[in-house]
Amino acid sequence: MADLSMGATQSIDDIRGAYLAMTRTKRLYGAIMLIVFVALMTSGFILADARNAGGFWNGIFHIFQFPGEVLAEAREKAANLPGLMVKFFPSLIETLNIAAASTLIGALFAIALSLLATRSLAKFPWLITPIRRVMDAMRAIPEIVIALVLIFILGGGPVAAMIAISFHTVGALGKLFSEVNENASLQPVEGLASVGASWTQRMWLGVLPQVAPNYVSYALLRFEINIRASAILGFVGSGGIGYDLKTAFSWGQGRYDEVAAIFLLLFLTIVFFDQVSAYYRNKLVGRV
Amino acid sequence: MAMLDATEAPLDDLRRAADAAFARKRLIGFAAPLAVLVYFAYIFVAFNILELAERARMDNAAVLVSDAYSYKTHVTHNNRTGGLTIAVEGEKKGTYPENMVPDFVTKTGDDAAQITLSKGYTAQIDGSSLWLDVPGRGTIHVAVEGRNIILDAPATIPPNWISASKARVDITTPGGRAIVTRARTEVFHYAFGWELFWFTLDSPFYGKSLGELVSLAMHGPPLVQGKGNLSAMVSDVWNNEMWRHKDVMWAIFETILMAFLGTMGAALVALPLAFIAARNFNRLAPVRFAVRRVFDFVRGVDGLIWTIILSRAFGPGPLTGALAILLTDTGSFGKMFSEALENVDNKQIEGIQSTGATPLQRYRFGVIPQITPVFLSQILYYLESNTRSATVIGAITGGGIGLLLTQAIITQKDWEEVSYYIVLIIVMVMVMDWVSGILRRRLISGGNDT
Repeated sequence: MADLSMGATQSIDDIRGAYLAMTRTKRLYGAIMLIVFVALMTSGFILADARNAGGFWNGIFHIFQFPGEVLAEAREKAANLPGLMVKFFPSLIETLNIAAASTLIGALFAIALSLLATRSLAKFPWLITPIRRVMDAMRAIPEIVIALVLIFILGGGPVAAMIAISFHTVGALGKLFSEVNENASLQPVEGLASVGASWTQRMWLGVLPQVAPNYVSYALLRFEINIRASAILGFVGSGGIGYDLKTAFSWGQGRYDEVAAIFLLLFLTIVFFDQVSAYYRNKLVGRV
Repeated sequence: MAMLDATEAPLDDLRRAADAAFARKRLIGFAAPLAVLVYFAYIFVAFNILELAERARMDNAAVLVSDAYSYKTHVTHNNRTGGLTIAVEGEKKGTYPENMVPDFVTKTGDDAAQITLSKGYTAQIDGSSLWLDVPGRGTIHVAVEGRNIILDAPATIPPNWISASKARVDITTPGGRAIVTRARTEVFHYAFGWELFWFTLDSPFYGKSLGELVSLAMHGPPLVQGKGNLSAMVSDVWNNEMWRHKDVMWAIFETILMAFLGTMGAALVALPLAFIAARNFNRLAPVRFAVRRVFDFVRGVDGLIWTIILSRAFGPGPLTGALAILLTDTGSFGKMFSEALENVDNKQIEGIQSTGATPLQRYRFGVIPQITPVFLSQILYYLESNTRSATVIGAITGGGIGLLLTQAIITQKDWEEVSYYIVLIIVMVMVMDWVSGILRRRLISGGNDT
């Protein structure tokens, strides 16, 4: 009896000791990780500061200078702003068109590729891995790379940006779509197969109706991202509001009312489409 | 009877509802593809695709593609001062020294050389005169006489190979290319590969095979005074002037640095703000509202505008890019973190509270363990996607690999460098994707699951 209780207390002590030791190691690892992280952040910051043209401490005091100049000039010529916003509206439409067209094209290709790359649905199972790797590569290439190369061949304009963004969208949406496809119920597909439906018919009638809401929801999210991307590509030289921004910006002082008008247009557009797409995404995914 | 009525009426209703639903489905089934088609037709017109097809410079595309995997060596006679130079891509850094000649050139005099081109073509330069021997078609002869350039081509040569004027003769053949102007007589020799990628011509290791290099590195007589062969090789590759490996690697590093500093900085700033913006941690509705609007504003302004504003204050460089990413992602992280905080499970917090924990301990043991995996996985996901954004931001502000890429594309001739950078960017993004995937899995599942 005494033995047993001795053994019990000892094992409790053992357990406590082991637990405390584990906590200590965990804490030690945590502390090491924290020190490494802090060291990385500070050394990274110092390095980035050293390799930057203007220093951080110098710049931080001038950070409001440029926005201040823009705002001052915009306030001075506040009467121009509505007119300028109308003037730049066609460019904004072009930017939105680039985003919308590339989202649509990207989504269409992504649907086909994702169906071919889903394990239970693929028409040619040996193609699954190659298609996935292709989608990985498409996702990895930044839009700007393709856009710059295409500008060299096609000249500046919306098409280079459209192709570049579509390319990236295929990779990004393809991955998300194939994850959705994995979760689709196979019963309708099997039912269709039993009555002799072809692969296309099985996908069109058996899978797409199930996954369409999720597809649309992901595509809307992509559309938001693509609006930003298309504005940025414009700045690099392929049309739309980004290009106007660059032109107005490089004119410098005197054209800051235009800069302000474009900033405002871009900001309102992004916020507007964020809200709209968030609303419809909630509605779509809530319905499923 | 009454029963029957009761069931019949809803049955009719049901049927009508089903018919309506079918009609709606059918409409959507046809209308949606039709709408997409109409939109594409509009885009086709709005983007002027037809005109674009005419405007497209397919010759540029051909130059780009062939330049990406091949290189050319210029053999040039200077017609004003005399003298023959041989240079890779015609660049000063790639000029062969006096006593060195590539194997397709035979020097027959100070100003004369025999050049073996591909497909059996040969060329000969003697002073300012050029003979280009086309197999089966005869020899093209070009000579500079006074202020005129005299072309003598046999009739068998297709006319679209040659564009000639009094001041310039340009011969493009499947085997090689030659240009004669008053200033110089020049032959281009094309070959497959990226020449001088490892060692430039002034390096003693140039032209050695891999086996020779390995044996030199292991136990060879030192080729560079006062240096081991291996370290000399590494330094020659690192300081290669043609391909600038040192600058390129620094640029890649800068790009990753931008993404790292920006993402981690944003997470650090967003974390405390997210607590303020979460309903269950902050009872002051106006403060919550204000912080949320700050998040929305920062996100809505977008990386492009932040980059422009910041580059005015900080100048070009990696710090500007890092700060632009930091600002934009503070908004995204703040939104996501505060939503995650509002969804934490209260049982754990109440359990901790029941043991008499202070508020700080409640956060430490009740909240942090719940949200850490979610937050870390989002941060890592953003780190990967920001590597891509940092390339773009670098192109706008001027920093990192984005800058090198735009510079190389603007010169419109170093396409082999462009393709080198593109390959590096893709590898960089894929490596970041892979690393962040591994870390995500380890952090979320504690490394049990792969």
